[in-house]
Amino acid sequence: MEPEVHVIHYLIIGIVMMACGIYGFFTRKNLLALLISVELMLNAVNINFAVFCRYLFPDALEGHFFSLFGIAIAAAETAVAIAIIINVYRNIGHVQTDDITDLKG
Amino acid sequence: MDFTLFILACPAVGFLLLALAGMRMSHRAAGLTGTLLMAVTTVLSGATAWRFFTAARNADGVLPAQIPFNVEWLPLGGSLHIDMGMLLDPISVMMLVVVSGVSLMVHIYSLGYMKGERGFQRYYAFLSLFTFSMLGLVVAANVFQMYVFWELVGVSSYLLIGFYYTRPEAIAASKKAFIVTRFADLGFLIGILIYGYYVGTFSFSPSQEGLMRGGMMLPWALGLMFIGGAGKSAMFPLHIWLPDAMEGPTPVSALIHAATMVVAGVYQVARLFPLYIGYAPQVLHMVAVVGVVTAFYAATVACVQSDIKRVLAFSTISQIGFMMVALGVCTSVLPHEGGLGYMASMFHLFTHALFKALLFLGAGSIIHAVHSNEMSTMGGLRRYMPVTHITFLVACLAIAGIPGFSGFFSKDEILAACFAYSPVIGWIMTFIAGMTAFYMFRLYYGIFWGRENKALHEAHRPHESPLVMTAPLMILAVLTLAVGWMPFGHFISSDGEAYDIHIDATVASVSVIVALIAIALATWMYARPQQPVADALARRFPALHRAAYRRFYMDEAWLFVTRRIIFRCVSAPLAWWDRRVIDQFMNFMAWSANACAEELQPVQSGKVQSYTLWFLGGIVVLTLVLLAC
Repeated sequence: MEPEVHVIHYLIIGIVMMACGIYGFFTRKNLLALLISVELMLNAVNINFAVFCRYLFPDALEGHFFSLFGIAIAAAETAVAIAIIINVYRNIGHVQTDDITDLKG
Repeated sequence: MDFTLFILACPAVGFLLLALAGMRMSHRAAGLTGTLLMAVTTVLSGATAWRFFTAARNADGVLPAQIPFNVEWLPLGGSLHIDMGMLLDPISVMMLVVVSGVSLMVHIYSLGYMKGERGFQRYYAFLSLFTFSMLGLVVAANVFQMYVFWELVGVSSYLLIGFYYTRPEAIAASKKAFIVTRFADLGFLIGILIYGYYVGTFSFSPSQEGLMRGGMMLPWALGLMFIGGAGKSAMFPLHIWLPDAMEGPTPVSALIHAATMVVAGVYQVARLFPLYIGYAPQVLHMVAVVGVVTAFYAATVACVQSDIKRVLAFSTISQIGFMMVALGVCTSVLPHEGGLGYMASMFHLFTHALFKALLFLGAGSIIHAVHSNEMSTMGGLRRYMPVTHITFLVACLAIAGIPGFSGFFSKDEILAACFAYSPVIGWIMTFIAGMTAFYMFRLYYGIFWGRENKALHEAHRPHESPLVMTAPLMILAVLTLAVGWMPFGHFISSDGEAYDIHIDATVASVSVIVALIAIALATWMYARPQQPVADALARRFPALHRAAYRRFYMDEAWLFVTRRIIFRCVSAPLAWWDRRVIDQFMNFMAWSANACAEELQPVQSGKVQSYTLWFLGGIVVLTLVLLAC
């Protein structure tokens, strides 16, 4: 009997992704790595939306729509963030957060 | 709109114009602008008086009071509100004429006296402001408006007395005048507030139930208001500012100390007279006592002063005392039964304004000629300054109460009122009237006869003043001769009905004899170059002479009270409390905020990751809290 995929498995994946994202966000100093961490967190949330919608309210579509919204917004956010990071690199020459203190009040 | 409003508008416009644009004008243009506007005011005041006093009397034989203008200025909730308006009744119309007339004379005179002075335009601006305030005071339609203009008078007198702001004495004198009168005005303000709170209105003629509500508080309110009046009118012991205020330019002294500011207190008591008579006669009699003490004290001091303006200053204080006494001895509003003093006081106010303005302007003319206030630099000036001499003599005869001159008529009424109330006060006042004649003729002989300072006069020959200065003297002298004959009682009396002045033969003859004896004494002592009697008296009673010369140490007494008692026992502990407790507490608050900021500053690192760490921590805590609940 092939093993059945339960809702709990999906949630474990989501939690692991979220934890990786949070950990990465706090520990990494490279802006690109931070961006990747943020994407991880966002996608963990998207998975949760889809899973809960699929298993708890099979007739409803709101959860799927929220996932789609999340993906679209993540794409836009990534585009903006990458643009900022490129500008930071052009002006300062690197993308290490520790050393970017010029905008400190 | 009634033309009477322009009486106030003209000086106000004059002040604004001269204060804002005066420095761009020439001296001549500024002086003429101020004088012309004042002339318009005087003409309008005269027209107002004519219209008012020729109006038909109503059924009681009283001239109806007019209120050409009144607006609610500040509603205070309930029925209490402060109005701004104009009230024309016999005394306010009389004061309008006196104030604007004397002010016009001073304006004209100053064209000559202040010629070439630095700040000439500023001087005229302040004169306009002062006249505006004083006119506003006399036409005030309620007691609060009176207070507002009262304080304006205080401020503008401060500016005028301190006109020579580079002289330390003038600065000190102006501050003294302002602080002393302001201190007294505190009483006035508290009185007004008590009056407004208990009677429920600021009007001069409150309703009957308001007065019933006022009840026992009315005497307190009126007594406190009188403290303000005593301060402005230089009543003992609040008189100390007036002699020092002689540091101002002499025409200013004529304006402030003859006709306007110093009679404000008398005017205030007269204005509230129906209330005093009806509800606080005991306070009114206290006013009389204060007046007697002041009149006597000032007359004594005036006998020994050597600065001619100081003599006039103390003479003014003494004469204001006469007016206060006349008001204070009233026992009813009926002029035939104890209300004579009201009319007498207003009459004396009127005549005194004219002859005292004449004396001050004459003194200014003399000072202009010899460049000094001290009597020792004068003597024998009659040969050099005939016009000043004659006009000064007229004023001296008027103040001494010689029949035919205006002062005789008004002073006789005052003495008659005093005798009707109490023979003791009557005799005291007759004696003081004699002293008045004595010190005025001492002054007259000291200036125009007596010991001449020949050396000084040969080095710098005194000259008669220009026409622009002597013309006001002559006008005022003619008025001083004329106004005594007018039927003053027809215009102003305590119940408003026409009252025929009749000279009380006994009182008049006694006072005239006393005055003649005093003048003869002064002539005997001071008219000749050698003055053995006066010198011998000064040597015989050195302590008394020195005490009188130093004004019986009243200034020192006040200094003792303020420095030793108020400063040391009240102000110093308060200052300690302020510095040590309140300031230190505030410093501690500032220091602790600063210290907290120092400690918290590193948190604001600019590192997004540390912020998010705090954010995460916050979320965890919140989640735990929510789960726990």
